[in-house]
Amino acid sequence: MPTGYDSATVWLVIALAGVLTFAIRGSFIYLFGRIDDVPPAAESALEYVPAAVFAALVFPALLAPSGDLAVSVGNEKLVAGALAALAAWYTERVLATILVGMGALWVLRFVV
Amino acid sequence: MPTVSSDLLDGVRAAGPLQLGIAPFGLVAGVAAVEQGLSVAHALGFSSLVFAGASQLAMIELLGADAPLAIVVGTAVVINLRTMMYSASIAPYFRDLTARSKALASYLLTDQAYAVSIARYGRDGETDRFAYYVGAGASLWLVWQVTTVAGALLGSGLPPELGFDFAAPLVFLALLVPTLKDRASGAACLVGGLVATGVVVAGVPFHLDIIVAAVVGVLAGLAVESLGGDA
Repeated sequence: MPTGYDSATVWLVIALAGVLTFAIRGSFIYLFGRIDDVPPAAESALEYVPAAVFAALVFPALLAPSGDLAVSVGNEKLVAGALAALAAWYTERVLATILVGMGALWVLRFVV
Repeated sequence: MPTVSSDLLDGVRAAGPLQLGIAPFGLVAGVAAVEQGLSVAHALGFSSLVFAGASQLAMIELLGADAPLAIVVGTAVVINLRTMMYSASIAPYFRDLTARSKALASYLLTDQAYAVSIARYGRDGETDRFAYYVGAGASLWLVWQVTTVAGALLGSGLPPELGFDFAAPLVFLALLVPTLKDRASGAACLVGGLVATGVVVAGVPFHLDIIVAAVVGVLAGLAVESLGGDA
């Protein structure tokens, strides 16, 4: 679905996200000496960010691809995603995960 | 004594195998940008100014869904918070750098550049650490720029029935699986994923799913950790 935002607004988002991303990455590289370590509580919390965030990006796309819950073998994205998850688990490779997932989607869509 | 350029090349070489993951990821980021109505220049803008794959891809999808701009940027910040851990962990090795070199090091701080460099620093004290890091980080950067542009140029020609939009969640899946190290991270994943799905299905406005799921998922991880779920 094409965005309704105009080009200048997209550039604004890019610039803002760029500055903030740089600030996050530079945080401790610049502050080292003033703050030697992440506070332990913050460190534990940060440790779980990737799992929670990446799951939030994956689950809805598989469980509710069109916005409604669709937990059945008729949901081609759920089936293809489950196969891709196995590929990710055993290979830990981005390329293998994409190939298995897209391949399974095409088989379900055009062959089965 | 190792020369600067040999350490730089070592960094380039160490990042080599990871390029196999970066290249398709970059293609997906480029294709996604064009599919959501952005230009090739926007795709390159994301890749060069933000240079953070997962957050780029999420922002592109949110822009395509016309989510509020604060949510678009806020989601990117949440996704990139993990690099704060890398920043803290690698900072001691970079403390003697000039401000300009620190800026370059910060700009290039990706999952991959961090992983490759920190592994080397732990093994070998002789390396010119900054040169090695720049070798890894800059070569990853270059492949990322080239593949995003290639994806964006290719993107407009892809037939929609092939469903290439599905490649984005597949990339996230490939990033998700290696984060599942123990029960607590498993709980963060399961709770975060289900909460995000619940938010989407319930039709909560403003595309808050990722931000809400991140908060609840992290709390779930912390709860399981404090219960001693150490297996």
